[in-house]
Amino acid sequence: MVAIEEYQRTGELGEPVVSVENLHVTYRVYATGKAAGSQRNGLLRVSRGIREVHALRGVSFVAHRNESIGIIGPNGSGKSTLMRALVGLTPPSAGAVYARSRPNMLGVAAAALLPELSGERNIVLGGLAMGFTPSEVREMRDDIVAFAELEESIDLPMRTYSSGMAARLKFAIAAARADDILIIDEALSVGDKRFQERSEERIREIASHAGTIFLVSHAMKSIRETCARTIWINQGVVEMDGPTDEVVDTYEASKK
Amino acid sequence: MSVSQLADVEHLHRVGARPPLFSYLAEVWRRRAFITTLARYRLRAKYEANRLGILWIAIRPLVNAAVYGLIFGVIQTGATRPKDYPVYVVVGVFFWEFFMGCFVEGAHAVTANRNMVQSLAFPRMTLPLAVWAERMYSFLITLVVLVPILILFGHYPSLKWLWVIPLFAIYATFNAGVTMILARITVHVTDLAELLPYIARILFYASGVLFSVDSVMKGHPLIIKAYDAYPMYQVLKMARHFLTEDAGTSFNQHYWLFLSLAAVITLVVGVLFFWSAEERYGRD
Repeated sequence: MVAIEEYQRTGELGEPVVSVENLHVTYRVYATGKAAGSQRNGLLRVSRGIREVHALRGVSFVAHRNESIGIIGPNGSGKSTLMRALVGLTPPSAGAVYARSRPNMLGVAAAALLPELSGERNIVLGGLAMGFTPSEVREMRDDIVAFAELEESIDLPMRTYSSGMAARLKFAIAAARADDILIIDEALSVGDKRFQERSEERIREIASHAGTIFLVSHAMKSIRETCARTIWINQGVVEMDGPTDEVVDTYEASKK
Repeated sequence: MSVSQLADVEHLHRVGARPPLFSYLAEVWRRRAFITTLARYRLRAKYEANRLGILWIAIRPLVNAAVYGLIFGVIQTGATRPKDYPVYVVVGVFFWEFFMGCFVEGAHAVTANRNMVQSLAFPRMTLPLAVWAERMYSFLITLVVLVPILILFGHYPSLKWLWVIPLFAIYATFNAGVTMILARITVHVTDLAELLPYIARILFYASGVLFSVDSVMKGHPLIIKAYDAYPMYQVLKMARHFLTEDAGTSFNQHYWLFLSLAAVITLVVGVLFFWSAEERYGRD
């Protein structure tokens, strides 16, 4: 645990709020179809091929209060798995995640929405699903409608919205929260060019209110702008963890 | 210094850990607005696209009762057919639907919301409870519709009807337990969800919704004894007695005690059973 002792020595950082110890995540997947080279087949074969995918293989780090940490790495490197493990949605097969308060992921309330209902009711439902009280939801309502630019059609069923309108509403609901420990997946910014810029701006605003943020992004520009520290994940292990400029430079050099 | 030691020192908690029972239940209670809103909105979403809208909640069981009543009214001869048959069937079907809905839809409470479970952190018990609340709202609406039907067939409101209120409370408690138990079982045994509609149908035909167990099973006193300890049979019998007393449906007073016990035990078992797998939901 060199990294932790190092951070403790420096003493400039806030207290630890998230600590990840030797985190392993293994998915068991029921393989359908045949892997190359497999011999047996047949519909009624009882033991279907169970494949184990080792998505994280021993990740450790500590995040402190008021840190902004960028998470980078190629597709399939385990970034999303790590984020899901941080919020407690994916169980570790070994190791554990400890946190001061429960980390939350930005932008996932969409799963709770009902397309048959009006945007208005979906705001209520999404807000309650995220854990707000009914009076907090009432307070948020106008801001959400205004940010999503849906004043005209907020009483229409969500299924009648264009995909851009629906995406804006989902983003506006999701972005209504300010958490202590927040995980932001920048694939989240949606809509047309103008709304994308607004949503990125909003993400940064949220990030500045949150105590500790993790920003997952493929855009090195926003990582450099937002994060002081960056963790590079590759094939389920931490390839590099340190000041953003150093890590991002090495990462970009490795891809050339 | 290892991280878990650090966690001790800094009072960090393991993320995703199942909370102790009472703080879990407190969290569920804090989310009660989510439960009732999800239930109400789902009901609306289901029916709002139809022209008759929310009326379908009452029309569906009514059509059900009419179809079953017609068929079973013809099949059963005068000797075994209960007196006042239309009312017998309507009360039976209306009360049965509450249990049936919790039984069949409770099984999908977690599995059908995989997306939500996998992306949001909230006490999962809110999902079966929302299904239960949704069925309870439907049931309350059908109870209102039942009043004019009873009057139409000559059963006028009386003080005795008030007994339906405690019966409703016990019945709802029982169904909450049933919903939670089914919600967890199908998470482990997905295949069961395919079988459940058939199991529900067998229960439906066997519970005396459409016929009088006492007269059909006249020659088998043991079977009648066994029915005496069957909660759904007790619910139907008590409901009929209070709402249509002349339909020859007196019941044993031990039903009250027995049914209350069964309801409380089912609820406690349901809560413990569902809660103990809290970390398991959404992982497949």
